[in-house]
Amino acid sequence: MKFHKRRPTALAALALTATFAFAGCGGDDGGDGGSAGGSGGGELSITMLPKNLGNPYFDTSTDGAEAAAEEIGADLEEVGPETASPDAQVSYINTVAQQGQDALILSANDPDALCDAIDEARSADVKVVTFDADTNPECRDLFVNQATAEGIAAKQLELISEQIGGEGEIAILSAAANATNQNAWIEMMETELAENPDYANIELVDTVYGDDEDQKSFDQTEALLQNHPDLKGIISPTTVGIAAAARYLSDSEYKGKVALTGLGTPNQMREYVENGTVEAFALWNPEDLGALATYAAAALANGDISGEEGDTFEAGDLGEFTVDADGVVLLGEPFTFNADNIGDFDF
Amino acid sequence: MSTQAPAPAATRTYAAHSAPLWKRWLLTRETAVIVLTAAVVLYSIANVPNFDGPLTLKFLLQDIAPILLIALPMTLVIITGEIDLSVASIMGLSSVLLGVLHESGMSVPAAALLALLAGLACGALNGFLIAYVGLPSLAVTIGTLALFRGIAVGLLGTTAITDFTEKWSDLATGTIGETRIPLVMIPFAVLAVGFVVLLHFSTFGRGVYEIGLNDEAAHFTGVDVRRTKLILFVLSGVVSALAGIYFTLRYGSARGDNATGYELQVIAAVLLGGVSIFGGRGRLHGVLAGVVLIGVISSALRLESVTVNVTNVIVGLLLVASVILPSVLGWAGSRLPRKASAAPAGPRSDKDTATAGV
Repeated sequence: MKFHKRRPTALAALALTATFAFAGCGGDDGGDGGSAGGSGGGELSITMLPKNLGNPYFDTSTDGAEAAAEEIGADLEEVGPETASPDAQVSYINTVAQQGQDALILSANDPDALCDAIDEARSADVKVVTFDADTNPECRDLFVNQATAEGIAAKQLELISEQIGGEGEIAILSAAANATNQNAWIEMMETELAENPDYANIELVDTVYGDDEDQKSFDQTEALLQNHPDLKGIISPTTVGIAAAARYLSDSEYKGKVALTGLGTPNQMREYVENGTVEAFALWNPEDLGALATYAAAALANGDISGEEGDTFEAGDLGEFTVDADGVVLLGEPFTFNADNIGDFDF
Repeated sequence: MSTQAPAPAATRTYAAHSAPLWKRWLLTRETAVIVLTAAVVLYSIANVPNFDGPLTLKFLLQDIAPILLIALPMTLVIITGEIDLSVASIMGLSSVLLGVLHESGMSVPAAALLALLAGLACGALNGFLIAYVGLPSLAVTIGTLALFRGIAVGLLGTTAITDFTEKWSDLATGTIGETRIPLVMIPFAVLAVGFVVLLHFSTFGRGVYEIGLNDEAAHFTGVDVRRTKLILFVLSGVVSALAGIYFTLRYGSARGDNATGYELQVIAAVLLGGVSIFGGRGRLHGVLAGVVLIGVISSALRLESVTVNVTNVIVGLLLVASVILPSVLGWAGSRLPRKASAAPAGPRSDKDTATAGV
């Protein structure tokens, strides 16, 4: 009897699990019916694929992209992995190829690893625009560059040098160990530190990686300060890193003694600028970046431009932009935020 | 639950309890997972736009290939009541080795062979510490998870190696002839047949189940418990290294953090496929269906532009449900009045609970 009972138990488990799984699928299906229908019509369908979801920087760029899409009349949806790794992005690029979207806007987690997947999407007639972090130039149609790497590296060194009075030990708190942008900037900062006589008394003692995770960046900041008691300043060229480092500093004995600068967003940094932990930091406007990428993607998908050097297109309020060599569109110079101007920004 | 079941069986006659053959074959956990997978596939084809498109099958199989591969040895490991958490780190290590050796001028096959040997060594280290030193596998493989990953990241630093010979990366992304089946399914099929024979049609396989049910009893019936465990961890290491090589060539990128977190996906699929985390129960066809089920759900939800968090919630709930539902239903079943009257074997069941508690 006992054995006769056990088998039907398995079946009952199946039935319940099945209902459960279908409930999950069905619910999501209903919610997304509208957007799926939209892409079938005459509207442009654009997919936005940031490095990962839940990152305020990309939330802001997506806001900008959505506003631009609304103005153009395109249907834009954001998808993405939870961790910033290239293999996770490949699945989403594959999905875009399956859906036959008109354009894909992405921030690449690896310059090479995504190329095969992007090629497949492009052969399904998807226009590919990278923003924020580029792939190899031959993989994509256009790259919307937030600022030149030279400009960013120089700006961050300029800020930290001002804040520590031109001499002392500094360290870098970066994102993932193989993040394309951050590594390029760090390399340039290292070269600049070695070659520029203005920075002769500044020594870069350590580079640590917070993987763009709040807790890990927080812990790495703590470790940096313990391992380098003479540390004068920290550069964190990533929004997650600088916010976590500022949070650590503002509650610690190092507040006001160890300078912190880098790339951050005004909303995340406002508290720390106002309480004196952070003097000044730099960034571009990610909202403009997302919007520009969307205008560029739409111009490509509509056939207005082909991505050749010298092509020009209108980007709403942002004005007119020209495609530079290697299919790069430059947004502009990095901007310095400090106590005087931070109140003017809300992103 | 599973440790209790066979005990009363030994004291009764077979005729008293044996269900008809079709019932024993079809009313199982494995069938449940397979039916559920088929249902989700059919539902997705009917309701998810583009799921029936030409690219779906190829991308789906490419995505789940590493998990399918590692699930094979992982099933055997979990059936013995052990666990191997270091598989994703071995993938990362073999990926980095392949990259570093290839960059230093070695051909891809030669570098891949050395990466496989490294996987074997990693597995042997796990196996030795667990089987011969007698340490718990959970602790050992958490340690080697960090150790192997650390070596991988240490070898390659912050860089990625991406210049693999074109023909080898094409091999990893290519399909069989004109079909939509990726080439990687061929080695997988060979391994799958091998593991099915090993687990279900060999004395070694019977030993694996016995160890999971009661390793001391297994030892007394002549199973070489230590050797069996060592072999399983070695297999797990080699197959993980193979998955790492495939992963590297498919994404054309050898990096220290490749495949981070894959161990959880593998273990989730194995448990969803009906393998008991306490050991002694589970079959490979259920596990393979479990991997496909998770792959199909992720693929369909991505096509619906559902965020990955929702996908994880659904897969997670499915996993929890699949683990607890049988227990809950079994408990509910035992509270039924009919069940109570069907227990004339009072003293015997006392003894059973006692031994099960040991």
